[in-house]
Amino acid sequence: MTRILEAAVLGILTGGVYALMASGLTLIFGVMRIINVGHGALVILGAYLSFAVWHNFGLDPFLTLVITMPVMFGLGVVLQTVFIRPLKTDREALSVLVTYALALGIEGLLGYFFTSNYVRLRTWYDTASFPVGSFYITYVYIFGFLLCLAILGGLFWMLYRTTFGGAIRATMLNRTAAQLIGVDVDRVSAIAFGIGMATAAAGGVVFGMTNAFNPGSHYDLISRLLTIIVLGGLGSLRGAVIAALVMLVTEDVTSAVTSPVWASFAFFVVLVLVLLVRPQGLYGVRVRDRL
Amino acid sequence: MSLLEIDGLSKRFGGVVAVDGCSISVSAGSITGLIGPNGSGKTTIFNVVTGFIPKDAGHVIFKSGSIDGFRPDRVYELGIGRTFQLARIFPRLTALENMLVPVRRKGFRALFSRADWSHEKSRAMEMLDFMEISHVAGTLGGALSYGQRKLLELGAVLMAEPELVLLDEPAGGVNPALLERIADRIRRLNARGITFLLVEHNMSFVMNLCSEVVVLNHGRTIAAGKPESVRQDPAVLDAYLGA
Amino acid sequence: MRLVGSLTALKAAGLVLAFAVALALPAFAPDPATTNIAVFTMMYVGLATAWNIMGGYTGYISLGHAGFFGFGSYALGLLLARFAIAGGYSAFLFVPVAGLLTAVLAAGIGWFALRTRAATFVIVTIAFMFMLQLLAENLVGITGGGGGLSFPVPPWHGGDFNIPYYYAMLALATLGLGISWRIRFSKFGLGLLAIRDDEDKALAVGVPTGAFKLTAFIVSATLVGMIGAVYGYYVTYIYPQFVVDPLIGISMVLMVFLGGLGTLGGPILGAVILEPAQLWLAYHFGASRLYLVLYASVFLLVILLLPRGIIPSVGELITKWRAGVGGSKGTGDPLPKAVSP
Repeated sequence: MTRILEAAVLGILTGGVYALMASGLTLIFGVMRIINVGHGALVILGAYLSFAVWHNFGLDPFLTLVITMPVMFGLGVVLQTVFIRPLKTDREALSVLVTYALALGIEGLLGYFFTSNYVRLRTWYDTASFPVGSFYITYVYIFGFLLCLAILGGLFWMLYRTTFGGAIRATMLNRTAAQLIGVDVDRVSAIAFGIGMATAAAGGVVFGMTNAFNPGSHYDLISRLLTIIVLGGLGSLRGAVIAALVMLVTEDVTSAVTSPVWASFAFFVVLVLVLLVRPQGLYGVRVRDRL
Repeated sequence: MSLLEIDGLSKRFGGVVAVDGCSISVSAGSITGLIGPNGSGKTTIFNVVTGFIPKDAGHVIFKSGSIDGFRPDRVYELGIGRTFQLARIFPRLTALENMLVPVRRKGFRALFSRADWSHEKSRAMEMLDFMEISHVAGTLGGALSYGQRKLLELGAVLMAEPELVLLDEPAGGVNPALLERIADRIRRLNARGITFLLVEHNMSFVMNLCSEVVVLNHGRTIAAGKPESVRQDPAVLDAYLGA
Repeated sequence: MRLVGSLTALKAAGLVLAFAVALALPAFAPDPATTNIAVFTMMYVGLATAWNIMGGYTGYISLGHAGFFGFGSYALGLLLARFAIAGGYSAFLFVPVAGLLTAVLAAGIGWFALRTRAATFVIVTIAFMFMLQLLAENLVGITGGGGGLSFPVPPWHGGDFNIPYYYAMLALATLGLGISWRIRFSKFGLGLLAIRDDEDKALAVGVPTGAFKLTAFIVSATLVGMIGAVYGYYVTYIYPQFVVDPLIGISMVLMVFLGGLGTLGGPILGAVILEPAQLWLAYHFGASRLYLVLYASVFLLVILLLPRGIIPSVGELITKWRAGVGGSKGTGDPLPKAVSP
């Protein structure tokens, strides 16, 4: 029983990271209506960037975010402008191909500079943990969770309390209408992509501290992130957060109860079950063309 | 004989009540006009009848059989066709191909057999002729003018020879010359036995064309009957000029 | 897009010629290196054509077709093991059986996936592909898991080893093309294209969209499964991540986009251009990390420069040229006809 409880707690803690990564991904979909299948690769890129800074300058991985988040944000704006904005026709389908190509390119470059050996971000307090009842929680997980909470909180604040956030939400709801009321949707799109990348950077740090990774790790990551945002409902941030928590808790509990092998499978089973009942996901809207 | 019977239909969207216990009767062989101020629920009724959105309460009866909850393709198969408020055609198909999309009979032979093809194509060309747009048969739908699209949309819907056609604002966005052409086509088709139920805001169009008129306000019927009597009904005047 | 399926004499002659060349290829280029390229190219011609039946005609983009490819592979391998079929020509007879099994799987996955629309559909197909990969890795008792599955070794060998496989791929590609052609000019095909343009409108004119989409999906997946089966037999040993491989799934999509989505010749053109290029890149740069970077760059160039694909873009150019040379635009009359694919 305590194993299940421990697994559930771990699920919540790791769920926080996935919630952060997934919210960036669903934000990008909501604003640009594109599926960024390269998001996993971007997270790994963020992890490697932090790795490089940590490895060369000895900064605590969390602190590397001060450098990597702005860098990734800027990179995101550039990528969106150069590769995504030119797509006019068949947007949804072509963007999948483009972002996949970007993912491959990133995987290749990372492999070139860092080789395919597995690495991890380490800190001096790696193994420090504190007891909760009959099991232990490592500080790293807690800090990571708090970081994700903080950034998610900042994201929600920005979206619901600032003018620019309003512009983003307007674009998400109805791009044409937003344009008509004076929103510069191109700029909003570029910045939204940048925000997505910045959250990927943060997610990358926490992911990199709690998992060993190499350039090829993005496949596994993106398959989970995509599953999460579909479960939550494409474009819904609330949905992404809740879905992430649900998925990770399910996975970790399944792992504790049966075996780690079937834990990943449980991930997709949850998706199938939910979509059977609600094809639009938990918070998605059933799309019908204008009638 | 009542071809289409809408009985106590209700539909709400969140807090908005679009249709509120509405009852309409469309007699076979008529051209019935459905009018009412904006927001009176007319298009919602179309969408419920043709199966695009589910109803909350009430019944829809077509040729004495209930069609509650039937999906759109089934409704079309049974003999109800419809056009849309903003004319919808398939932009990447030619006008002729647009005419050949509507499905009359399902089943392997009907869908894959070459034998039926030439017969269907000549029927399609005849209909294009009737709509006076046969000269654009090979043009992509997306390249047609709005007027041509409206005619194409109606022509395509007629390919399966429906008994009832629901027209959503057939006069919307068309110039007077084309309007007269459309009215003429409707009359001729009606003479061949097709019943029409049309939603319209253009009063003169409705009054000249329709044999019966139903007036809606706030999602329910407030008047029904011959155009002349409806025109003078105080409740109708109130609805249009009041709120 | 043209409606009529009849061929002009020129087109018919061209087709016959191309087919004759394809048939005779091993005769005038029998070295294993070339025939290997031929096998893979013909494999992708088939894959791209099959994928196009769903993605090109209905507009529903499946990124999980690699799952069917892998499933077909494992299906054949397991069938051959179960019935103790020795390597040889008789093994090919089981390919349609693998195809049938794939059809059943596709019916189940398709029914589920098609309940969703557009963007969600894409992701659901990806999810199913990863599920299949996980199953292949973890059902060790059946599939051999990470250790892989072996196929019986055929009696022919040496320099001529590739040749029967080439003809098997050619047969499947021809079958796929024939089915695609027949669909394209049928009422069913028009219905699919209508779904692509405006699904709700298609419903409104009686197109049974659910049944049509599912049928296209099953046909598409079955062909891919059979091609995967032949592939497994060709390489004689398969592993989960190399047979349920996202790269294979994405490549077939890219080829169709390059050639022209929804056209008949587009998938063939895309495959014939990209697969040899892919093999060349792999041969020269496969060992280094830069292979992926180069491949990705090619990818991006293709998409950004030719978003509509080669055949439609060329078609447009021809139309403009004809309009400029021949007719007048004058009286607001309709634009010139679209050029046939």
